[in-house]
Amino acid sequence: MPYDYRPFAYAPPPGLTGPEPRHPVVIVGAGPIGLALAIDLAQQGVRSVVLDDNNVVSVGSRAICWSKRSLEILDRLGVGQKCVDKGVVWKLGRTFHREEEIWKFDLQPDPGHKMPAFVNLQQYYVEEYLVARAQGFPDLIDLRWKNKVTAVSQTGHVALTVQTPDGPYDLEADTLVACDGAKSMVRGMLDLDFDGELFEERFLIADIVMLSDFPAERRFWFEPVFHPGQTALLHKQADNGYRIDLQLGWDADPEAERQPERVLPRIEKALGHADFTVEWVSVYTFQCRRLARFVHDRVIFCGDSAHLVSPFGARGGNGGLQDVDALGWRLASVVNGGDPAQLDAYDRERQFGADENLLNSSRTTRFMSPAPGAERQFRDAVLALAAKAPFARPLVNSGRLSRPCTYPLDAPDDPRLPGATCPGAVAPDAPLGNGWLIDALRGPLVLALGGTVDAPVPVLSPDLTDTLRERYLGSAPRAVYLIRPDQVVVARWVDPPPGAIAAAVKAMEAGR
Amino acid sequence: MTLTVTPNLPDPDAAYARLLAAHKGLTEAESAALNARLILILMNHIGDAAVLDQALVLARDSGR
Repeated sequence: MPYDYRPFAYAPPPGLTGPEPRHPVVIVGAGPIGLALAIDLAQQGVRSVVLDDNNVVSVGSRAICWSKRSLEILDRLGVGQKCVDKGVVWKLGRTFHREEEIWKFDLQPDPGHKMPAFVNLQQYYVEEYLVARAQGFPDLIDLRWKNKVTAVSQTGHVALTVQTPDGPYDLEADTLVACDGAKSMVRGMLDLDFDGELFEERFLIADIVMLSDFPAERRFWFEPVFHPGQTALLHKQADNGYRIDLQLGWDADPEAERQPERVLPRIEKALGHADFTVEWVSVYTFQCRRLARFVHDRVIFCGDSAHLVSPFGARGGNGGLQDVDALGWRLASVVNGGDPAQLDAYDRERQFGADENLLNSSRTTRFMSPAPGAERQFRDAVLALAAKAPFARPLVNSGRLSRPCTYPLDAPDDPRLPGATCPGAVAPDAPLGNGWLIDALRGPLVLALGGTVDAPVPVLSPDLTDTLRERYLGSAPRAVYLIRPDQVVVARWVDPPPGAIAAAVKAMEAGR
Repeated sequence: MTLTVTPNLPDPDAAYARLLAAHKGLTEAESAALNARLILILMNHIGDAAVLDQALVLARDSGR
């Protein structure tokens, strides 16, 4: 069954008949990023208006691979389990060169996490669930479909002109968050441009439906026999859907390649049969670029409007949700009178995160689509060696899949504690009683293990288990972790000196 | 670790001859591909980023 696109109802906004009061937060774009941010704010009691120029969810599967961290974020926003239940859970990636398997990775070798390594789910489902969740906050989230921003300016506050089917109206906001995607109109209206690389390589992307017992794993081919000299990627999605990406080369004609008489034989060759239907086809090139800064006075960029990566690594949608994670608690705090420097911390941290995603994405692109000469020679040498020598297999780069970055925080730390839980890292999950640690880490809070402690924030002090010991203590007998609302470790001690926790809480609230 | 730049091959002439022999009968493209594979193999064997960096600098500078 193809996805049933049901338009959301447009309602004439109040601004058409009289001036609206200035809104604390206006979000442009009701895609996964804008919706997630509105829900995150609403869960903290902060109102927002969400403007979207369209009135349906995403057309085509678009972002499909949701990482463990994204699922944890979506779970906190109330839709994680729905995504897991509907989607295809996978953790195994298999890479082939011609007909030979040369590299295999398992993204979640250790048990003891609520969320799986990855779930494949078409973006339209994630948006559908987020819209339904957002509609559960009628007093806090004002979703306005068919509301297209046509002008933006800022002088101490943000002034917008919005076009609707009933004509234009004016809107004011203390803060505007641009979640309006790769072709962000807000970015254009502020005359901002990206820095970075534009890759000319073209890819065909198709959503197909077929009945098949194809396993739930990521398959990637270099120079497959069914598509000589290029690459191919196959992912399983919900509803017997599959997503196939075929590299076409830099000189391919996008219009011609989109035509059924070109598309169908290629996919038929890749699958080895014609027993499928095509739901959506697109031809794309991609960029690895970002804005120099994500915060411009009272306009904040979040998701693809701020940075663009190649799709191989699932770092677009997942990177965007990590932006939301880093922004939501800080923006809520600033709206409620907190230190505005927290937004600088968002800018700084997510530039760092975007750079890590861009670095990984550019390296993958270089490997998949090497320039003629030395790049091509070394790429082919790696593929030739990988089948024979184990050392070459980790050099095979078909995408380094999204993981949350570790922010470079200058914070109290103790070298006796495990590296994976250092300040700046997302606190890892672990079983906790009949539930999960990740659900209990509603920061700001202190996680005290092997003892308890006095702190100016709530203290969680669970009984020790082997998993908690391994992930949080290492060889230390006890530990104290300060955890942010986005579940990032702020600081940690074995024995915190007097006043140290309070000082770390203050630093966090001041955006340091 | 420091890159060894003093003589380290017990029989330099024989080692050099074996390198040439490995390329015997190859086209220019095949030779370039062999060199690429050989570099990757030796890079992994060395395994030390500082030594590799010194080697890369020496290789680049001595080609000018």
